[in-house]
Amino acid sequence: MLDKKRLLIDLFVKPETVNEITLSDWDLLIRQARQAGVLARLAIFLDELNLLNTVYEQPRNHLISSQIYSQQFSRSLEWEVLCIKKALDKKDIPLILLKGAAYMENNLNVAKGRLFSDVDILVEKTKLTKVEVLLVTEGWMPTIFNEYDQNYYRQWMHEIPPLKHTQRNTTIDVHHNIIPITTKYSPDSDLLLSNIIKIKDKDIWVLNYESQVIHSAVHLFHEGEFKNGFRDLLDLHLLIVDFSKQKDFWKKLVIRSRELEQQIPLLLALRYSSLFFKTPIPDTVFHAVKQEAKVGFFKIRYLDFLFKRALMPDHSSCNDGWTGFARWLLYIRSHFLRMPLYLLIPHLFRKGWVGYFGKKS
Amino acid sequence: MGSQSNLFNNLSAEKGLVLEIAPFTVRVQSSITSFIKTFSQLYSCYPLKADDGFFSDFHIQIEKPLGLRRWLKPQVKFYFDGVAPFTPLPISQAFPSFEWGLNWCVANHSYQYLIIHAAVVEKNGFAMILPGNPGAGKSTLCAALVTRGWRLLSDEMAIIDLKTNELIPLVRPVSLKNESIDIIKGFSSDAFFGDRFLDTSKGVVAHMKAPMESVLSAKLRAKAAWVIFPQYVSGASTSFIEINKSKTVIELAKNSFNYNALGKKGFDSLCDVVQNSACFELKYSCLENVISMFDDLADNKLNA
Repeated sequence: MLDKKRLLIDLFVKPETVNEITLSDWDLLIRQARQAGVLARLAIFLDELNLLNTVYEQPRNHLISSQIYSQQFSRSLEWEVLCIKKALDKKDIPLILLKGAAYMENNLNVAKGRLFSDVDILVEKTKLTKVEVLLVTEGWMPTIFNEYDQNYYRQWMHEIPPLKHTQRNTTIDVHHNIIPITTKYSPDSDLLLSNIIKIKDKDIWVLNYESQVIHSAVHLFHEGEFKNGFRDLLDLHLLIVDFSKQKDFWKKLVIRSRELEQQIPLLLALRYSSLFFKTPIPDTVFHAVKQEAKVGFFKIRYLDFLFKRALMPDHSSCNDGWTGFARWLLYIRSHFLRMPLYLLIPHLFRKGWVGYFGKKS
Repeated sequence: MGSQSNLFNNLSAEKGLVLEIAPFTVRVQSSITSFIKTFSQLYSCYPLKADDGFFSDFHIQIEKPLGLRRWLKPQVKFYFDGVAPFTPLPISQAFPSFEWGLNWCVANHSYQYLIIHAAVVEKNGFAMILPGNPGAGKSTLCAALVTRGWRLLSDEMAIIDLKTNELIPLVRPVSLKNESIDIIKGFSSDAFFGDRFLDTSKGVVAHMKAPMESVLSAKLRAKAAWVIFPQYVSGASTSFIEINKSKTVIELAKNSFNYNALGKKGFDSLCDVVQNSACFELKYSCLENVISMFDDLADNKLNA
């Protein structure tokens, strides 16, 4: 008897058990994968192991369908990146991709079947205006016109308000840092920019391997919503598996987390990635990160209580009685991480006011 | 039939009812009385599946959203596996919201097929694809044809198998709008209609029950022999003009729900379907006239 809550997780961890899954288990598994946003990823994962053909026809159709959709997604994304590159080339600004688009251009395993909505790019803070003007003249238009939100983005966020292309409806997030600068946990952006690497045979840049892992971890463990929590944790697992083949990766990772002062998110990433997906992580690395992160025994138990629930696939069949509460606490936590109280309280008050009394500027 | 209609009471049970709407299996759950009534009328001859041990492609719930509003001005929401992709509708539109929602499910989760917005009917083993913009009269024509012995494959979606280029039936009630409803009621006294839904976003809507023979042969695929673009023009005499095949390919691609995602496979399939079909533009006002012309087409094709 398979554990229904863990159908999806177990299949990623032990794909060879695919043939033990009954048709009615597939009924649930496909839904877990769809709601968690990993249906296409699961399809490609099974296909590469030559297991897709062993799946019953009905669930296989859903896997194949999402696989075909994700191929189209990659084609359009590639085109989008090319358009952004052409725009930035006009003023010789290097294209630095973050997250999903970076994974794809770098041909990483994590990119296979990964669907997302925005292309994220990183630019030097001093060049933000130049890049924004450049993109607007090329057809990416502002989406937020409300003055409060505009100012809020520009003053406190790690990115400018999203720009959307008028014809293709694609969105770019232009970043100058990886998390809001309101938080005391925000890393030094010069440190990010001084450690970028060029993708082989392309004139496109990405963060170095260690920073990519840390960025992904910071993003997930500062997040307040966990719709894609499971997918993001799986991202971390796949990134770590891919990058750990690089020479000195583990050593560099620990050093990098120290430089960027992101030992806690890294600890949580390593902890939950290995708990969920049995990611092979050397004990020495665990030990080193644990020492630096200084997360006490009780705090880690408390975080376990929250994240073991919140990071499950966002499907009702994967919840227990505490899941809703855990996700709510993490939502609150994300606000405290994001900004100090003297900013948070006026901000929430303002948002609450607008929510109740309509959107006046 | 008696036990079948009893089974439809299961719609309101927690697990709902599992129905084979080939090529899909659909789990439906609803406690809304008006929905249960129309659904059990229009889907009465579809095969039911036992509750467990099956795979359902789409898990659908038609329910009132929570909140105080349900007591004041009740609404209905379409849930796909617990998620509501659309804004709620007035509760009177519970059944149309199921039909539209199921179309959405199929169009968005079946990239293994090429899907074109078109009605499909078949006679003598030859299928006819009737694409058309809203208001062109494809559903009216489709309804009229199936009341006169043509087999219904779909009034909404031509589903093409990318490997064999065959048309896969998706037999569902035929959705008719505004004047078309009375035209078809006047045209065939055998046609069974569910309730009329007033004030929907598409005007008045009513659904004609799919003929039992079409439901029973819902697994029988067919090859396209004609692609015909119908256009109802009030008072016009019938005109039937052969059109260019490359133009037909482009028009069908424009009318497709998912052509853009299928790459070369989609292009090859579409070209093959059009290559093996005769392609026409039809302007009509007299259904009788068109049906006898189409009957001749099908008979000539059989004797050829």
